[in-house]
Parts: sequence; C-alpha cells; structure tokens
Amino acid sequence: MSSEVPPPAAAGSAPDSAYVRIRDVSKKFGDFAAVDHVSLDIRRGEIFCLLGGSGSGKTTLLRMLAGFEAPTTGSIEIEGQDLSRVPPYERPVNMMFQSYALFPHMSVEKNVAFGLEQEHLGRDAIRRQVGEILDIVKMGDFGARKPHQLSGGQRQRVALARALVKRPKLLLLDEPLAALDKKLREHTQFELLNIQQRLGVTFIVVTHDQEEAMTLGTRLGVMNQGRIVQVGTPSDIYESPATRFVADFIGSVNMFAGEVYANGGEGLCIRSADLGCTVRAERATGGAQGATVWTAIRPEKIQITRAAQAAGPPAAENTASGTVKEIAYMGDMSIYLVRLDSGSMVRVTLPNVLRGTERPIAREERVALSWHGSSPVVLTE
Amino acid sequence: MRTRGLFTRVALVLGLVFLYVPIISMIVFSFNNSRLVTVWDAARSPTLKWYGVLVHNEQILAAAWLSIRIAVVAASAAVVLGTLAGVALARFGAFRARLLLAGMVTAPIVMPEVITGLSLLLMFVALEQLIGWPKGTGAVTIALAHITFCMAYVTVVVQSRLAGFDESLEEAAMDLGARPLKVFFRITLPLILPAIASGWLLAFTLSWDDLVITQFVAGPGSSTLPMVVFSKVRFGVTPDVNALATILVLLVATGIAVSTVWMRYQQRRRERDLQLAAAANL
Repeated sequence: MSSEVPPPAAAGSAPDSAYVRIRDVSKKFGDFAAVDHVSLDIRRGEIFCLLGGSGSGKTTLLRMLAGFEAPTTGSIEIEGQDLSRVPPYERPVNMMFQSYALFPHMSVEKNVAFGLEQEHLGRDAIRRQVGEILDIVKMGDFGARKPHQLSGGQRQRVALARALVKRPKLLLLDEPLAALDKKLREHTQFELLNIQQRLGVTFIVVTHDQEEAMTLGTRLGVMNQGRIVQVGTPSDIYESPATRFVADFIGSVNMFAGEVYANGGEGLCIRSADLGCTVRAERATGGAQGATVWTAIRPEKIQITRAAQAAGPPAAENTASGTVKEIAYMGDMSIYLVRLDSGSMVRVTLPNVLRGTERPIAREERVALSWHGSSPVVLTE
Repeated sequence: MRTRGLFTRVALVLGLVFLYVPIISMIVFSFNNSRLVTVWDAARSPTLKWYGVLVHNEQILAAAWLSIRIAVVAASAAVVLGTLAGVALARFGAFRARLLLAGMVTAPIVMPEVITGLSLLLMFVALEQLIGWPKGTGAVTIALAHITFCMAYVTVVVQSRLAGFDESLEEAAMDLGARPLKVFFRITLPLILPAIASGWLLAFTLSWDDLVITQFVAGPGSSTLPMVVFSKVRFGVTPDVNALATILVLLVATGIAVSTVWMRYQQRRRERDLQLAAAANL
C-alpha cells in the first residue's frame, strides 16, 4: 500500500513491467458497481483494447484513467506515479472522445494548439508542433477550417491530432471509429496503427466492435458487468476463450452442453446429447469425470462434406451428420446452417476457394460435419 | 404552398387583421390633427404635430431615459446572475439544494406579478429598517426588482442552451490542460454567447415594459415610461401617446427586421459550409 514513487532505476531495470498499472479499481454509482475490482497491467507502447458491450463498464474505466471520475477504491499508476488524486488537467494523459468534441468556435489549428497553449509555450513552438502533427494526420492543408466545414473522417483526424500534440504518456480513445462509415473505418484503422507505431504512444482503446478491437489491439481485455473477464492477444481470446461469454462475444461459435466421460492422455472425451456424438478435445485438460461442460467450436473450423449415401450412424469421434437448412452466399465465403440429427443447429463457414464449383452443396442435402481434435474448446463456466 | 384552401386563406387574413389592425389604427391616428383621439380631422391631417409635442414633453422624455437606464442595468446584471445560475443548474449535477435553487430561480416566472411586487416591496422596507439600505424606494429598488425577475428568464435560456451541447467539449478542454475557470471562459462562455445575448435582449424588453412590479417598488420622482403612459391614459388617451407608441413600434420592427436578415445570412453560410464539407468527404 505504499504510495511512494519507485526510483527510476527500478522502472528501467524491468522494461517489460507494467507502464500503466490499474490496481483493484472499483467505481460505484449508488449501489451499482459500474467497475468491479478491476486490475490490469498495460505495457509501454502497446495498443490495449477494452472490449465489451454497453454497460460493461469499459467507458467508466476509461473516464477514471482520464480523471473525469474518481475510483471508489483502488489506484491507477502511470510509470509508478499514483494518479488517483491528480485532476484531469494535470494528468499526462489525453483522450480522443467518441463525439470528437472539437471546439466548434475554433479553427482546426486553434483546436490543436489549445493543449499546447495551456503549457505556455512560445508562439513559434506552438505553430511548429501544430504543423507537424497536422502533417502526420494529413490535415496540414485544413488548418484554417472550422470543424463544421470538415467531413467525418477529417474531424476524426483533427481530434487525433489534438489529443496527440501534447505527446501524452497515454492516449485514451473512446470508440475511435464508431462514427465513420464502413469503408472509411478500415482505411482509418490501419492509419491509426501506423501513427501509433510512428509516435510510440501507449494507446488504450475502448470499443464494442470486436473486429475493431482485433485489428487494432496488441492485447485485448474483454469486460462484462464491470469485470475483466479475459485478457490476452487477439488470437488467445479468439482461439482459447476462457468463458462461454467470451466465446460467444468474440466472433460466432457453436456451443453444446455435454458430460465428461473420460479424461485420458489424449485429451478430454465428452458425450454430448445436443451434438449427437462424442467429442475428443485434444487440447483440453480440466474437467472431472461426470462434470457438465460446454464444447465450443468455431464455424470455420468445421469441415462440411456431402454424406456418402445414407451411411449408418457414424460411430467415430468428432463427426456429426445432418441436413443443410440454409445457405448464405457472402461472396468470399458461404455460411451453412445445418440441422443435426439430434435437432440442434450448427453454423459452418466455408471459404469459396474455387471459382464456380461444379456441384455445390445444396439445401436439404445430407452432409457430414467433422473437425480436428484440436478445434473444440471446453469451457466450464 | 400550392394547395391553399379557402379556409386557410380566410384564417390567415383574419389572423393578420386581428394582430395588426389595432397597431395600424394607432399609427394612423398618431398623424391625426384633432385633439380627440377617435375623431379623424380630415381637413388638416396628416400632421406631425404630436411628434413635436412629444419631444417637448419633459415628463415623457425623463421617464423614457430612466426606463432605458434601468433596463440596461437590469438586463446586464440579470445576464451575469442568470448565467451563473444556468451553468450551476445544467452542469453541477445533483448537488444539494439543487431543487431549491431551480425552484427559487424560476419562481418569478410563474408567480403572479402582484405577489412578486408586493413581497419585494416588503423586503425593501424591512431592509431599510434593518441596515438602512436601500434608502426609500426609487430607481435603485426598481432596478433590483427588475434584476430579480429578469434573471429567471436568462437562467432558463442559458440552461436550455447548455443542455443542448455536448458536455464532452468542456471535458476535452480540461483533458488538454485547462483549469475549470479557463474552461469556462475559453469554451463554455463562447458557446453560450448567443443564449446570453438573447437573454439580455429578453431581459431588456421585460424590464422596459414592466408596469405591475414597478408600481410597487417605485418611489416619488422615479416614474418609468410605462407608468407615465399608464397614468396619462387613465384620463383619456391623448394623441401624443399614439405618437410615442408609433416610435416604439418602429424601433421594435427595425430590430426584428435586422435580426431576421442576419439570421438568414448565417443560415445560408452554414448551408454552404455543410456542402463544402460534404464535397471534401474522403
């Protein structure tokens, strides 16, 4: 519980140690805990994405980092400096607001210069730094415009420039791409990554859009009901979700309840009535015999093949058979909705690798589904 | 616009007649030569005689000058106090006694003027006995009373303007290193300036033509223009009042015309800017 600032040598000796440290932070509004005992370590120079639905507490956590809300309990440190009692205007943290919050009565240049003016820099220094940052976001020619004379994408760049011009230790981005249309989003995403790498500023991004989180984030933190449910790299979270909530929230997934009947050297064997077959999950270890667990399989990890004419019930593991009920052709891939013989529906996606396949699988056709033993994820909660 | 029915047209004409005939008749009669207000002296009209009488009427000129001074002072003070109250109500969240402040600030709007006037008079009398200020009733008490009820209107205008714009603007300024006072003067104040301006005009108008409250708190020798007009009219309308009213109507009409033209110009500029932004969309 010491609030002393550790000597710089200690911070320097462990470059991988936490740059931003959130320790057991809670925020209560009356009886409601918007943020509930969250602890997080964020490394220098990374893009950390807080991902969650509305009301998950991600925005409240961001606002506590910016200083607009005070944590009810816990502490927030940047480079070992406790920020809990530092007002927003003295924090080495800047924020890019979801609405961009550009000052409507000031030109682009004045907006960007506002932060520097608060540091009482000389006029020439301010002009030079404003010009530099506007060039980085490619808005150098628009300095004299007012915000309402800009398009949505241009406003987003100005908001980014304004938040970056003070070279904050930490930049907070609240739904940075939500107000842009889809085409522009993809373009801006990569540009944002580019700028972040160029300036080396640590980013914390709040978003409800999992695609945005996956492309931007070096690590993600999934939040639900005020708690951090899982922290990891995008592939960690996609391939090895820790809970059913995470598996369902990130991407789409087929989930079946089942019962563990063997826990041998070759993985976990699960008997699932929903699926109508047994599953061998090679990578799973936990789960006592007889325990109820959930098996999650991603749609793209399932192979779909035309069933050999009305073969008997397949006795093998990790295969199931059913009838195709719906096909959605998406261009780059197709989605098949298959009703298993047990009655459950399974979603399978298949990339359209070849152009104009001779005889594609049609609706109401009998198919066999199979998956590799490494694909199923076994979840207990 | 193309399919105007007979009913709509009749309603429009009747509405205009209802609103403007009294004013027009008053303007016409201000050029009447006759001493009798209701008799048109066709032989020697129109004439500017009553306007001449008016500019030599010391009583009316003094009253008008007093009214203008009181209205300027009251509007300016009400704008300062009303802005503070409006900001507190719109931005400070749920502080203690917020409901009390909201109720007290807006009370003069809903309270009958007679009650507001009477209670203010009682307070001034009590204050004079207690601390010896204000000395008697007069211009000072009129101004104080006007500030009280004008402030209510300014508060409402400022508060609704603040409710209409994004609080994250102020948060962004604070995030960029501006202290709260600086945020207010650099961000909040410029943004609510239109509301403050219209609040000032509203307060000026309210103070300028208030009669009921003023009569309670006015003293000897501090008659405002509405009081003088009212006391003259009680002994029959004289044509110079018509002339005075005509001048006021002209002033107001000019003001409205100027502001309409200016707002049209602003609107057109905003539309052009939006088109510019849309064209630059990348």
